[in-house]
Amino acid sequence: MALLEIRNVVRRFGDFTAVDGVSMSIEQGEFFTLLGPSGCGKTTLLRMIAGFDSPQSGEMRLDGQDLISIPPEKRPIHTVFQSYALFPHMTVAENIAFPLKMRKVPKEEIRQRVSDSLEDVRLADRGGRYPNELSGGQRQRVALARALVNRPRLLLLDEPLAALDMKLREQMRLELINLQKEIGVTFIYVTHDQTEALTLSHRIAVMNGGRVEQLDEPSKIYDSPKNRFVAAFIGTCNLVEAQVVAADGEKMILEIKGLGEVAARNPGASVGETGTLALRPEKIRLGAHLVPELDENHFRGKVRDFLYMGDVTVYIVEVGEGEHIEALLPNSAAGRPRIFAAGDPVDIAWRYDAGSFLNG
Amino acid sequence: MGKNLGKWLISGPPVLYLVVFFVIPTLIMVLASFRYPGEYGGLAPIMRHDASGAHINLTLESYQEYFSDFIYSWLFLKTLAYAVITTFFCLVMAYPLALLIAKSARKYRDLLVLLVILPFWSNFLIRIYAWMIILGPQSVFSQLLNGFLGLFGIDPVRLLFTPFAVVVCLIYVQLPFMVLPLYANLEKHDPALLDAAQDLGANGWQRFWRVTFPLSLPGIYAGIALVFIPVLGIFAVPDILGGTRGIMIGNLIKQEFLEARDWPFGSALSIVLTVSAMIIVGLAALAARRRVGRDV
Repeated sequence: MALLEIRNVVRRFGDFTAVDGVSMSIEQGEFFTLLGPSGCGKTTLLRMIAGFDSPQSGEMRLDGQDLISIPPEKRPIHTVFQSYALFPHMTVAENIAFPLKMRKVPKEEIRQRVSDSLEDVRLADRGGRYPNELSGGQRQRVALARALVNRPRLLLLDEPLAALDMKLREQMRLELINLQKEIGVTFIYVTHDQTEALTLSHRIAVMNGGRVEQLDEPSKIYDSPKNRFVAAFIGTCNLVEAQVVAADGEKMILEIKGLGEVAARNPGASVGETGTLALRPEKIRLGAHLVPELDENHFRGKVRDFLYMGDVTVYIVEVGEGEHIEALLPNSAAGRPRIFAAGDPVDIAWRYDAGSFLNG
Repeated sequence: MGKNLGKWLISGPPVLYLVVFFVIPTLIMVLASFRYPGEYGGLAPIMRHDASGAHINLTLESYQEYFSDFIYSWLFLKTLAYAVITTFFCLVMAYPLALLIAKSARKYRDLLVLLVILPFWSNFLIRIYAWMIILGPQSVFSQLLNGFLGLFGIDPVRLLFTPFAVVVCLIYVQLPFMVLPLYANLEKHDPALLDAAQDLGANGWQRFWRVTFPLSLPGIYAGIALVFIPVLGIFAVPDILGGTRGIMIGNLIKQEFLEARDWPFGSALSIVLTVSAMIIVGLAALAARRRVGRDV
C-alpha cells in the first residue's frame, strides 16, 4: 500500500481551477517532487496535503486512512515553509521543542531530543540564539530540524531553498539528500526549479494548469518527455514541428519544413501525423567536419550565434532554410575560450534515437 | 559640517519647542514645589529680606504636608487603582476587537479603524456629559438595572456620581488608545507563523497563547502606557461624573492651583505623581524586557 494515495483531487477558487483531477501515489521513503511553473497548482496541492485547504472532490489517504477529515494539527505531516516561519520570539531550541511540547512529550525527553536534533543539523552551539541572529542557511536547518523532530510520516517542503543564494543552495541540496536517506522520512518537495527537482528526487510529477503532465523518474522526465510542455519546461530543448512520412517498427522518417527528412525513434505514431521533435542540445554532435555514422542524421550549417556559459558554449546553428538548432560543446580547447565563432561553417549530427517525437 | 547643520535645522524647531514648553515649565514647577505660597495665592518671592539680611526662601513644607496626612497617599493609591482597573478592562475589551480588525479583509480594515477613532471627532467634554445622561437616575439604563434589581428585592442603586461612573467613562474614553497600538502590532503578524504552529500540532488555543499573544506583547505594553499614564492625571471625568466619592489625584491638583491657590502644594503633588508614574512605568518596562528577552 502506498503511503499517500491521492485520487482525482479537484480544488477550484471561483472560476479558477487550481488543481484539476490530480491522482498520484507516493511510496514510503520516497523523495517525491512536484515541479511546475507558478500557478500550476503544486502549492495548492501541498496545502491540501498539509490540511490548510481541502479539495472540493477527490480522495486523499495516508496509510489507507482518510486524510481530508483530519485537521492539520492532528496530521502526522509537517511542513518546511518557504519563509521558514520560525517563531521569532523563541530561541532555536524552543522552536525545535515546539512540536514536542504540543504532543505533550515529557520535559526530560524534549530536552534530549532537541539537543540530538541540534546535533543532527550541526547547530549544537546555536540552541540559545534567536532566529534573527542566524544566517539563511542556519534558519533553513532549524526549520528542517523543527519539522522532523517528532518524526512525521510525511515531510512537505515548499520551495525551501528558494531564499538561499546559489552556492548555499547547491550545498543544501546535498544535505537534503543525505538527511532524507538517513532518516527515511518520505519527502514531498515543491519547486519550480528543474535542476533541484532532477538532482533531489526519486520521482517527479511535472504539473501545469492544475494537472499532472508527466510523473516519472528524473531521467525519464528529461530523456523521454511525454509532451511539448514537459520537454520545454525541463532543461533546454530544440522543439521542431514535424510530420511523419514513414513509420516502420522502431524507426520512422519525419519531414521537417526547411530541413528535409530526418530519422527518429518511432513511439508508435502513424503516417501523416504531425507533432514535435524534441532534441536536447547536448545529444547533438557538433564539429567542423563530422564523418557521418550509422543511423545518424547529418546536416551542414553555419554558426549564427552563441551563448557563452563558461564551462560550455551553446551554439545556435542555422541549417537548411532558416531552421535553427541549438547544440552545445564544452569549452575544452586549451588556449581559447570556445571552439567556434559566429559565421563558422559546421556539421551537426544526431542519432535517430537521440530525440523524441511528441504528438501535439 | 554641512550634514550636521542639516540635522540641527531639522531637529532644532521641535527641540526648541519642547525646551520652551515642556522642560522649562517642568523645572519651574519643580522649583515652585519648594517655595512658599504667596499671601494672596501664587508664590512668595525666592529671596526674603529682613533685619539680618537676605535669605533664600525655600522649604520642604509642601512635601512634608503630603507625607503628614495619609489622605493624600490614599487618594493617590485610589487613583492608581482606577488606572489599573481602567487599563485592565481596556486591554480585555480592546484585544479581541483589535484582533478582529487585524484579521478582517484588507478592504474593511481602514473602515473599522476609522470607526474606532470616530468618537474623537466629537468634543471630549460632550462625550463625558453624554455619560451623565446615560447613567442618570432617569435614564433607560438606570431604570432597567434598578427594575431588574427590584425583582430580587434589592434597593435601587445610584450610578451617577460614583466611582463606578468614573471608571466606566474612563474605560470608554481610553479604549481607542488601547485598540490602536494593538491593531498596529497584530496587523503585522506573519500568518505563516500561525500556519506553522498549526502544522506542528498546536490547536487554536495554543496558537493564540504561544504565538499571537507573545508576539503582541510590544503592542500590549504600548497600549498599557497610553491608557495608564493619562488616567493618572485626568480630572475632567471625575469632576463631571464622580461626585465627592469619585475624586482622583488630578482633581486635588487642580483644586490646589485654582481654588486653594496653594501653588507649591499643587506642584509638589504633581511631582509626586510624575515621579511615581515614571517609577511604575520604568519597573514595568524592566520586568517586560526580562520576560520577552528581546524585541521581535
